Amino acid sequence: MSATEAPALLAEGITSGYTEVPIIRDVSVSVARGEIVTIIGPNGAGKSTLLKTIFGFLQARTGRVFVDGTEVTGMPPERLVRRGLAFVPQTNNIFASLSVRENLTMGGFTLRDEVEPRIDRVLGLFPLLAPRLRERAGRLSGGQRQTLALARALMLDPSVLLLDEPSASLSPVMVESVFAHVAAINQQGTAVLMIEQNARHALAVSHRGYVLANGENRLEGPAAALLQSDDVRRLYLGE
Amino acid sequence: MSPPPRPERAPLGAETIETEVRGDRVGPAAIAALAVRSVTKTFGGNRAVDDCTLAVRRGTITGLIGPNGAGKTTLLNIVAGALRADQGEILLDGEPVASRRPDELLGRGLARTFQVPRPISSMTVLENLVLAGQRQAGERLWNTWYRPDRVGLQENAIVDRALGILAYVNLDHLRDASASTLSGGQKKLLEFARSLMADPKIVLLDEPAAGVNRTLMRQLAALIEEQCRERGVTFLVVEHDMDLVARLCNPVIVMSQGRPIFEGTFDEVRRDEEVLSAYLGGQFR
Repeated sequence: MSATEAPALLAEGITSGYTEVPIIRDVSVSVARGEIVTIIGPNGAGKSTLLKTIFGFLQARTGRVFVDGTEVTGMPPERLVRRGLAFVPQTNNIFASLSVRENLTMGGFTLRDEVEPRIDRVLGLFPLLAPRLRERAGRLSGGQRQTLALARALMLDPSVLLLDEPSASLSPVMVESVFAHVAAINQQGTAVLMIEQNARHALAVSHRGYVLANGENRLEGPAAALLQSDDVRRLYLGE
Repeated sequence: MSPPPRPERAPLGAETIETEVRGDRVGPAAIAALAVRSVTKTFGGNRAVDDCTLAVRRGTITGLIGPNGAGKTTLLNIVAGALRADQGEILLDGEPVASRRPDELLGRGLARTFQVPRPISSMTVLENLVLAGQRQAGERLWNTWYRPDRVGLQENAIVDRALGILAYVNLDHLRDASASTLSGGQKKLLEFARSLMADPKIVLLDEPAAGVNRTLMRQLAALIEEQCRERGVTFLVVEHDMDLVARLCNPVIVMSQGRPIFEGTFDEVRRDEEVLSAYLGGQFR
């Protein structure tokens, strides 16, 4: 696979789980450069398991993972972030006892002298954090925490951002704000792979989508087509 | 986002509670299942709950919505006995309970779920439920030595009840799975099931729909409605998913900056300009 043609992220034939019984079987997803891709599906379908496997928290039993055309299968998370992968978990995604600035600095842990300019750059995308740099992150509201988690993940200027339910537990107005941020991050050139229960909102800002069910690929296609699919609307959008 | 300006005085609950305290109203609906009176909780210099007064009428599914950081979860923690209020009163069925521990409140019929589910991950799904059985004779060494038959009979009854509840929430196929292997949505269902084990009179649900797909959310909503309708369980539901709030909750209380600012039906709430701009956003206009 040549680097110029390679997708930003390719996970192919992934089988993984927590016990002997796999949660996902032979699942494949890809994210092209500049794309936002959303995975939807019932609870227990294996969406979070897939993300954890891609990010090295779980070892795949079969399958391979490529970032920008380079194989990264089996690499631990701390090496994957150096390869351009970033992950924002659904919960526990900030250091509550540290200040907002310290959280951002931690996000840029591989940087040497460029931390401050990178913080300035990230704040350009999330200006609401600027007046709160000295505040303890644990005192931020849910929406502000999620914003900080996104900002922290961007400190190393990743080529692919993995998001686990970025809108969960946020007020409706903050949900709009988070998806606007996701779109803005993507506009800056970062590819995004997210899983979301708020499928309608997530697909509305996505280029493509996958449906996972029972640990297997069920459907994939352009996000607009999935939003209009009768099956998807009935089974996964609750319409 | 700036929260809406505070009203001169919290507009809801106060009158109801005053009449209850004076005993002017009679009948089963007169006393609120839960009344919160002038409750304040400060963390450092931050007033998370600020002179909060509200009432939850018996037999209702009352929604509690508001911006992140409005104090909703803190209030739930205070009501459930997990946090002590700096000042104010909590009345459960008219009885002051502000200094009670969570397990004492559970014994009085108040159960709660958590925003982030906390099952005991080293136990199976069934064991998590069995653990929630109340007043188990086997908890006393005396009984296990001298009344083993009674302990065994009760344990069997609790397991039967747990299996019934697991079937009720469609988790019976996972009864022997480790709770750690459940997905986020399945853990939410397990939380709900655990709250039912205590045969509660009132349940505090903290974001039951967060991380739950639409189909499962509808199942959960139907279970909540059924518990309310068939068994008279009162619910106080903190939730950001407006589809669920619109379907389930009446009344809906809007909280901002640590106190209620509005109470009404969901349609009334969504027509309020302040609530729209501070909380609901453009999609509801």
